[in-house]
Amino acid sequence: MSRPTPYTIVIGLEVHVQLLTRTKLFCGCSTQFGLPPNSATCPVCIGMPGVLPVMNQAAFELALKAALALQCNIASFTKWDRKNYYYPDLPKNYQISQYDLPFSTGGGLEITTPHGPKWIGLIRVHLEEDAGKLLHDETGRGGDSLVDLNRAGTPLLEIVSKPDMNSPEEAKAYLEELRLLLREIGVSDCEMQEGSLRVDANVNIRIPPEHAGGRKPLPGRQHVATPIVEIKNLNSFRAVERAIAYEAQRQFEEFQETGKQMGEVSKATAGWDDVQGVTIVQRRKEEASDYRYFPEPDLVPVEVDQPWLDRIRATLPELPAARRKRFESQLGLSAYDARVLVGQGLAFADYFEAVARGCGDAKAASNWCSNQVLAVLNERKITIREFPLSPEALADLIVRIRKHNINAQRAREVFGIMLQTGDTADAIIKRLGLDVSFDTEQLRELVRKSIASNAKAVADVKAGKQKAMDALVGFVMRETKGKAPTDEVRRLMDEELAKV
Amino acid sequence: MELIEKTAAELRSLMLQGEVNAVQITEAYLQAIRAREPKVQAFLHVDESDAMAQASAIDQKRKHGWQLGPLAGIPVAIKDVLCTKGQVTTCGSKMLQNFIPPYDAHVITRLREADAVLIGKTNMDEFAMGSSTENSAFKTTRNPWDLERIPGGSSGGSAAAVAACEAPLSLGSDTGGSIRQPASLCGIVGMKPTYGRVSRFGLIAFASSLDQIGPFSHDVTDCALLLEVIAGHDRRDSTSVYRPVPPYSKTVHTPVKPLTIGLPREFFDEGLDPEVNACVQEALKVYRSLGATIKDVSLPYSRYAVPVYYIVATAEASSNLARYDGVHYGFRAPDFDSMIHMYSRSRGLGFGKEVKRRIMLGTYALSSGYYDAYYLKALKVRRLIKEDFDRAFAECDVVMGPTSPTPAFRIGEKAENPLAMYLSDIYTISCNLAGIAGISIPCGFTKAGLPVGLQILAGPFEEEKLLRVARMYEAQTDWHLRRPRL
Repeated sequence: MSRPTPYTIVIGLEVHVQLLTRTKLFCGCSTQFGLPPNSATCPVCIGMPGVLPVMNQAAFELALKAALALQCNIASFTKWDRKNYYYPDLPKNYQISQYDLPFSTGGGLEITTPHGPKWIGLIRVHLEEDAGKLLHDETGRGGDSLVDLNRAGTPLLEIVSKPDMNSPEEAKAYLEELRLLLREIGVSDCEMQEGSLRVDANVNIRIPPEHAGGRKPLPGRQHVATPIVEIKNLNSFRAVERAIAYEAQRQFEEFQETGKQMGEVSKATAGWDDVQGVTIVQRRKEEASDYRYFPEPDLVPVEVDQPWLDRIRATLPELPAARRKRFESQLGLSAYDARVLVGQGLAFADYFEAVARGCGDAKAASNWCSNQVLAVLNERKITIREFPLSPEALADLIVRIRKHNINAQRAREVFGIMLQTGDTADAIIKRLGLDVSFDTEQLRELVRKSIASNAKAVADVKAGKQKAMDALVGFVMRETKGKAPTDEVRRLMDEELAKV
Repeated sequence: MELIEKTAAELRSLMLQGEVNAVQITEAYLQAIRAREPKVQAFLHVDESDAMAQASAIDQKRKHGWQLGPLAGIPVAIKDVLCTKGQVTTCGSKMLQNFIPPYDAHVITRLREADAVLIGKTNMDEFAMGSSTENSAFKTTRNPWDLERIPGGSSGGSAAAVAACEAPLSLGSDTGGSIRQPASLCGIVGMKPTYGRVSRFGLIAFASSLDQIGPFSHDVTDCALLLEVIAGHDRRDSTSVYRPVPPYSKTVHTPVKPLTIGLPREFFDEGLDPEVNACVQEALKVYRSLGATIKDVSLPYSRYAVPVYYIVATAEASSNLARYDGVHYGFRAPDFDSMIHMYSRSRGLGFGKEVKRRIMLGTYALSSGYYDAYYLKALKVRRLIKEDFDRAFAECDVVMGPTSPTPAFRIGEKAENPLAMYLSDIYTISCNLAGIAGISIPCGFTKAGLPVGLQILAGPFEEEKLLRVARMYEAQTDWHLRRPRL
C-alpha cells in the first residue's frame, strides 16, 4: 500500500496491444517480431502510390473476441477512419484507425483490491494499424535516423479505460488482469518488452477543499481537481506504478505553488524517466491535436450480425474471473488460492484442475500446485507445459501421502525424487520404506514411552514451555525413523499429556 | 483507310483473318507516334523495343496455335496515373519523376492477360488535377483537332493519343470528368464506369471515393470491348464490387426499346455554348427519330456539384497525397536542415501549383472547427445529389446532356483562372458524386471544326444499357468516323 495522501488519485489507462495474427491488418505481410529491418514489408504497408488496404478478417475476429471477453457492447455497424499526421514511421502519413464509430464501447474488468473486488469500466475498444519504428543515431553526432517498417500495419487494439482507478496498485492490478485475460483468450501475447503491450496513463488528483490551501473547487465540482497529465514511455507495470505515484505527488506540489485546476490549463503530456524515477512534462497541448479524421474511403464499413458474434463467442474459453469464482464455489478454495492458480494462466489452472480431480482433494492439490510446482517452474524458468510430472502422477502422490500418513518433509522428498528420476510415487515410497502405516494404538504406545522417558520435557511442557514438545515428538520420530505422521503424533501427545 | 485509323474491333478482325500481325500493327502505331508526337505530345514515355517485344510474343503465341486474348495485338496507351511494373510511373508530377512501381495496376494485369500491347504512358494533369492537361509537370499536350487548343483533362494525353491515331485504345481515370471531358473535346468516346465496377488497385489515388478507371476509343463498340476486359471484382480493392461482368461487346449492338431519355434542365443553363447546345439538340432529334421518349427532369442539387466536389475531392486528396513526403520514395529536396524542413521543401518543390492549392483546400475543409461546415455538409449534399439521380432513373432509362459547356479552349486561356477551369467540369462532376456510370460520345463539330460530345448517364452498374443507348445513336451518325488531319 502507498502511504496515505491528502488527495485521491484518478487514473485512466490507454492500453495498446498487438493482436496475435500471422499477418498484418491490411496486407499479407508477417507480423513476426525480430525479423531483419524492412523484410516484412510490401507496397501496401509501406504506402506506395496506388495500393489499397484490404481488411484482415482474422484480426477483426480477434478484436471481437477481446471485446466480448471484456463485456463490451459490439456495434452492428463500424467503419474505418483516417487519422492524419506526419511522421517518418507512418508511411502514408495517416493511420487507419476508428474514430466516431468504434467497433465496441463500454464493458470493463473486475480487479482485486485490498478492499475487495472493484469494477474498472471501459470507454471503448477499437482496432487500428501500428506504425513502424525509427532508429535514431545515438552517438549524439546527429547522424541519419533509420526507418524500420516491419511493424507498420500490425493490428493494434486500443483499450481505453474510464478514469476508474484510484491508486498505482489498482492500475497495476488492472493491467495484470487485462494481460491475463488477453493471453488466456489468445488475443495477444502482451509482452511489454517486445512492445506488444503499451500503456499510456492519464493521471490527475482530487484534493478535498480542506487541503486545497484556500482554493475553492470550480463550479459544479466537489473537489479541487488538477489538470490531467498523460504519461508516456511506460515500459513495465512497475514503471506504471512508480510513474503514477510520482506524478500524483508532483501534481499536488505543483498545485500548492500554482493553484491551477483542471480546465484552467490544457492537458499535458509527460515522459517517464525510469532511471531518474521522474516524470518530465513535455508539452501542454494548447488545443487537441488536429488529426483531421475522416472516413477511410478505401475500405468498406463492417457489419457485425448476431450469428457472427455467436460464432466468436463460442470460441471463448472460460474467462479468468468466472474460473476464479468456480474454484471458490465449487472446489471450496479461498479467494486468494483461486487468484494464485488462475493468475498463472490457462494451462496452469487446467493442470491444477486435473490434479484436483485425480486426488479428490482440491485444497491439497491447490497447496501442491501453488507451492511446490510453482517453485519448480520459477526455479527452472519453464512453463507448466514443460513440467515433467503429469497431473496424474502428482495426484497419485497426494493420494499416497494421505494413505500412508506421510509427513510434509518426507512428502517433499518423494516429490523431489519423482522430478529427478521420473519414478512413480508408489515406487519411491516403497524404496524409502514410507509405506509402513502406523495404527493409532501403535503410535500411542510410542507416545507413552516418550512421556515416560522424558520427565524433564514433560515438566517443561506443563510449565508452559511449548518448545519442549519438540523433544517429546522428536523421540517418537526417532523411534519410527522419521516415518510417523507428525501431526498425528502431536495430536496423540496432547491427549496423553493431558492424562499425566 | 490507313491501319492506324481503324478501330480496335477492325484491327482484331484483320488479325483473326491473318491479314496483319501484332508486330505490323504495333509498328504502324509506333510510326504514327514518331511522326505525330512532335505536334501532339500525348505521351510521356514510349518504350519502342518493349512494345515490339510484346507484339512479337503475341505473334509467337498465335504461331503456336495458342488461344489469343480479346485484345490480341491491339496497342493500348495508358494514362501515367496507372502503375506499370518496372516502368516509370510519374502521375504527371516531379514528385514521382523517377518512381518505378514494383507492381502492375489491376487493369494493366487484365490488359496483359488479354494480349494487348502496352504502347506507352500518356500525359496528364499532375495527380489528375485539372481539366486541360496544362498542369503536367512535363509537357503540354495539344488537341489533335487544333494544336493551339487543349485536349481537355486530366486524361488529356490518353484522349489525344486515340484522337491522333497514335493508339486505337487508351485508359484514363475520371474523378470529376477526367475521361468524359477530354473525350468530348477530342471527338472520341470516353466512359466513366460505375464506382466499384473497375478495380482501383494500382491507380494512383486523387480522390478515392470518386476515382474510377475507364476506356477511350474511337467508337462505342471498342469502348464495350475494352470495358469488358478491365471490369470485374478484384480482392485487392475492397470497393470493387463482386458482380458478374456482362458481355458488353456482344450486346452493344442491340438497341434499347422502348427508351426514355431524361433531359435535366440544369444541364442547359446560361453557361452553355450555343454551338454545343445545337449539336446536343440535333443528337436528341436522332434519338427521337429512333422512337425514344424525351422527358424533362430536374436534378436540383446538381447546382451544388462543383462546390461539393471541390470539398470532398480535395479533402481526400490532402490525405492521399500526404505520403509524398521525401522520406520513403520519390522526390526529396536536396538540402534541408530538419525533418520538418525536409517535408516542406520536398513537397514545396515536388508539387505543382494546382496540386498545392487543392491540398490546402482539402486540409482546410477537414480541419477541426471547419469539418462540420464543409466536409460533413458536403457529404450530406452529395447524398442529395445521388437521390436526384435515383428519382430521375426511376422514370428514365438514361439522362442526357452536353459533356462540356464549351468546346476545347485555347492553351493558357484558363490557366490563371482556376474557377473558370473548375466550371468546365460542371456537367460531369455530379456523375462521380453519385457513383453512377457515364459516357461521352462524339455528336458533332463547331463551325471552327472543334468536336462536341454528348454525355449519357445511366444508373449504377447499367453500363450495358448505357453502351447500347450510345451505340443506337452512333449507328445513325458518322461523327465517330472522322479523324483529324495531322
